[in-house]
Amino acid sequence: MTPDRWIALGWLRDVPARGARRIVTADGPMAIFRTSDDRVFAVEDRCPHKGGPLSQGIVHDSAVTCPLHGWVIDLEKAAARDPDNGCIKSFAVRISAGVVEILLPRIKAAAE
Amino acid sequence: MAEKLIVIGNGMAGCRAVEELLARAPGRYEIAIFGKEPELNYNRIMLSPVLAGEKSFDDIVINDAGWYERNAIVLHAGVEIVAIDKAARLAIDDRGGRHSYDRLLIATGSNPIMLPLPGADLAGVISFRDIADVRAMLAASTTGARAVVIGGGLLGLEAANGLRARGMAVSVVHLVDTLMERQLDEAASFLLKRELEARGIDVLTGASTECIVGDRGVRGVRLKDGRHIAADLVVMAVGIRANIALAKAAGLDCGRGVVVDDHMRTSDLSIFAVGECVEHGGQTYGLVAPLWEMCKAAADALAGIEARGYRGSAISTKLKVTGIDVFSAGQFGGGNDTEDIVFRDAAMGVYKRLILAGGRLVGAVLYGDTREGNWYFQLVKDATPIDSMRDSLIFGQALFAGSGQNPKSAVSALPDASEICGCNGVCKGTILRAIGEHDLKSVEDVRRKTKASSSCGSCTGLVEQLLVLSLGDDFVPGAATKPMCLCTTLTHDDVRRLILAKEMKSIPEAMQELDWTTPDGCGSCRPALNYYLLCAWPGEYVDDKQSRFINERAHANIQKDGTYSVVPRMWGGVTNPRELRAIADVADKFRIPTVKVTGGQRIDLLGVKKHDLPAVWADLNAAGLVSGHAYGKALRTVKTCVGSEWCRFGTQDSTAMGIRLEKMTWGSWMPHKFKMAVSGCPRNCAEATIKDFGVVATEAGWDLHVGGNGGMRVRATDLLCKVTTDEEAIEYCCAFIQLYREEARYLERTAPWIERVGLNHVKAKLVDAPQTRAALATRFLHSQKFFQVDPWAERAEKRRDRREFAQLMGTA
Ligand code: SRM
Ligand SMILES: Cc1cc2nc3c(=O)[nH]c(=O)nc-3n(C[C@H](O)[C@H](O)[C@H](O)COP(=O)(O)OP(=O)(O)OC[C@H]3O[C@@H](n4cnc5c(N)ncnc54)[C@H](O)[C@@H]3O)c2cc1C
Ligand code: SF4
Ligand code: FES
Repeated sequence: MTPDRWIALGWLRDVPARGARRIVTADGPMAIFRTSDDRVFAVEDRCPHKGGPLSQGIVHDSAVTCPLHGWVIDLEKAAARDPDNGCIKSFAVRISAGVVEILLPRIKAAAE
Repeated sequence: MAEKLIVIGNGMAGCRAVEELLARAPGRYEIAIFGKEPELNYNRIMLSPVLAGEKSFDDIVINDAGWYERNAIVLHAGVEIVAIDKAARLAIDDRGGRHSYDRLLIATGSNPIMLPLPGADLAGVISFRDIADVRAMLAASTTGARAVVIGGGLLGLEAANGLRARGMAVSVVHLVDTLMERQLDEAASFLLKRELEARGIDVLTGASTECIVGDRGVRGVRLKDGRHIAADLVVMAVGIRANIALAKAAGLDCGRGVVVDDHMRTSDLSIFAVGECVEHGGQTYGLVAPLWEMCKAAADALAGIEARGYRGSAISTKLKVTGIDVFSAGQFGGGNDTEDIVFRDAAMGVYKRLILAGGRLVGAVLYGDTREGNWYFQLVKDATPIDSMRDSLIFGQALFAGSGQNPKSAVSALPDASEICGCNGVCKGTILRAIGEHDLKSVEDVRRKTKASSSCGSCTGLVEQLLVLSLGDDFVPGAATKPMCLCTTLTHDDVRRLILAKEMKSIPEAMQELDWTTPDGCGSCRPALNYYLLCAWPGEYVDDKQSRFINERAHANIQKDGTYSVVPRMWGGVTNPRELRAIADVADKFRIPTVKVTGGQRIDLLGVKKHDLPAVWADLNAAGLVSGHAYGKALRTVKTCVGSEWCRFGTQDSTAMGIRLEKMTWGSWMPHKFKMAVSGCPRNCAEATIKDFGVVATEAGWDLHVGGNGGMRVRATDLLCKVTTDEEAIEYCCAFIQLYREEARYLERTAPWIERVGLNHVKAKLVDAPQTRAALATRFLHSQKFFQVDPWAERAEKRRDRREFAQLMGTA
């Protein structure tokens, strides 16, 4: 069985605090968020409402406000905050020596 | 016969390990300690007070000569071990001496990182690690006048404070925006910066050093942005690196530090290591608390005691600068499902933040009041369930709940002389006196007696707070005072006034002073605060890009598919073949799918990819086209008609007037978008009467209209006044925009603003008061000096915000 794989995405210093960067992967666009206290989240860059690019929103505590119609997506829960409803795909992420890495699930990595 | 133990490093960990060992197995080892520094064992963390003049070297010696003697320890002070021969179990010193051992303990600490900057080898560039460094700094501080400290972490700030206390002029240069970013969050860092500045230390954050200049000695430091800071002394305090050269050369397993197991044993069974030079469980440490635990584990192992060993440490930090209380512990990043409790008391300069996860405290950041730091740290280390005390946790162990947060503290802290009602010039003291003397009970009462809040009404929230302050629970605030958002109890108007009254100049400062309940606001208050600060302090306030909506951050309009649209300015709706050709060329070159004429008399290029934006702008700039701000809460378009130049009915040159207005007002940031139009006669072909500021020509001059709106709720303009000259029209335009900029709430267009405050209020400020009008116009033109910069050129040519337009690079 192939183990889970950590894939390096880029330097943490290239993601602004209270900001995000977009990265296009084989699975589509992904957004890497960095909060003011240096927590990092990786989610698919698609708002559950109408697919807005979340990476372009305003980041506050551990949430982002979608730039298209203002839904607030909680990055920890990978879901919209009240009163809206909807989930997004998120990825385990870690920082290793200043590099942001995400965990590609087993099956996915095996298929590569 | 006793076994031989050699300790390499006469520092904090080496000697502590020996103390622990002596307590467990006295006489078991014959001990020799080698120390590169020609000193007795001293308390390194107290170098800061020595530098600051609060302690002498003798005060900080931990073990004096008698201790070595009593315990029959041979100290080789000033002797360095240069090699280890594992196979022969020999340590070799720098004089060629060969010392055999049964057990070896490596405690070589770490080395300060010296950035390889040009000039880093000049005399006068010093690190901050040992007593020799402190002596060198003290020598420089008596002769030299100025010091630059590179690094705004714990060490750098302690160095800066010490040098300042010794009378030097000190600047701190720190690479990122947050001081002590590894220990503090933005809010606490802001308070720290303010305090250091109050002590006369110049703090430059977000500043990168390019080189150190000088000939024989240091003369100064040059920053990447071109700034030069004169200096006679440069202290480099940018971090430490575990000192592993010796261990590595000896063939021991090393990562960032010498790799050890839970019993502090290295990859060689006879060799142990403790202190900053080790790596345990993938971690290295730069503070003493973990070292003490390591020393116990090593002593157990060396004494042959079976114990659980070292399991890694949670760490807490305190800044040792007298009079500044900063504490941080545990994590304030990482982990899922964390939750914050934030407490701010602006009057007392206190900021506390607790981070909870899974019903436990996982981290704490304290500023101003650190008394409860150790208690919080204990809760973190013990993973104590805190659900039962969650509500009062922030008040600390003493549990003085009740005396807690005063939501009105920002208002109560204002001096009596500060103006509450700008329209009628009523100050805080007058209102409070009136409430007391006349037994006032409501905002209506206050209005009648003092006139405060009787004009535009935007100070109503503050007046209500003064009533609460005087009457306590007897006063119930009305519904008119809707807070700005869920992060605060204050209204937009309150916040704006307090920003001015208390001269707040940054978002973290405003959040702190105004008792914000979230660490960094939300998508609704941040852009508003950014605007209010920008409007209040033109040229001074540093725009916060991360608090702007994407369109204003990217200087283009986001479209539903994530592409952008680009609308260059077309002054007064007039263009020429050269501009049109440039637009056509850009559309071809970047395969822009749609080119459309907008409702604002200019051309929109739709479907541009974000990473193409700077290149698109560069080409447009080359033809003289600049940003049209179609994306901004800013001046949009000035529509014009052909006017007297061509039209058979035209009475004035409306096109020229429109161009003049647009050239004067472009670039200005506003509460909402702002549109203008100029028509050459009352037929009004430019639709000036549904614009924010509309100008319609008459035989005698111009009619000036304000507060029009198309859009969802159409509102025709009100006539503000009639003027006869172009100059008057220009002055009114500036003054009106500035009044709107200063008074309207964020995201309130001129139409709802005028409906709220009344046309008479606007007329009173502009038409009836020529001096106020002139002053408003002057303020507007002053702020334009800072905002009339083409944001496209800055990004295309000067490559500002480059990262915004590039994808994150995968390194995989
Ligand atoms: C491009 C344009 C339509 C066109 O193809 O003609 C346009 C496009 C948009 N308008 Fe508009 N408006 C455009 C002229 C107008 C006009 C006509 C005018 O300016 O003379 C109006 C009515 C006049 C007025 O503002 O009073 C207009 C009233 C609105 C409104 C309603 C405003 C209101 O106060 O009710 C919105 C919504 C808002 O701002 O919240 C809006 C919002 C928008 C946004 C920004 C929607 C959005 O948030 O993404 C559209 C952006 C498209 C883009 O990315 O370029 N647009 N919009 C026009 C650009 C003019 C320009 O050159 O800058
Ligand atoms: C100014 C300052 C302020 C600090 N403030 C704090 C604080 O407030 N709180 C906190 O927890 N920590 C603080 N620290 C950090 C703390 O001092 C260190 O974590 C601690 O000293 C590390 O102990 P150590 O024994 O591992 O290293 P050290 O104390 O550095 O001891 C290592 C010793 O080994 C010697 N040595 C190295 N190589 C050889 C060799 N080959 N042969 C012989 N000798 C050698 C060195 O000369 C040195 O004397 C501060 C540090 C400094 C410099
Ligand atoms: S009218 Fe509606 S659809 Fe058309 S540009 Fe304006 S906001 Fe978009
Ligand atoms: S697509 Fe995100 S809020 Fe509509």
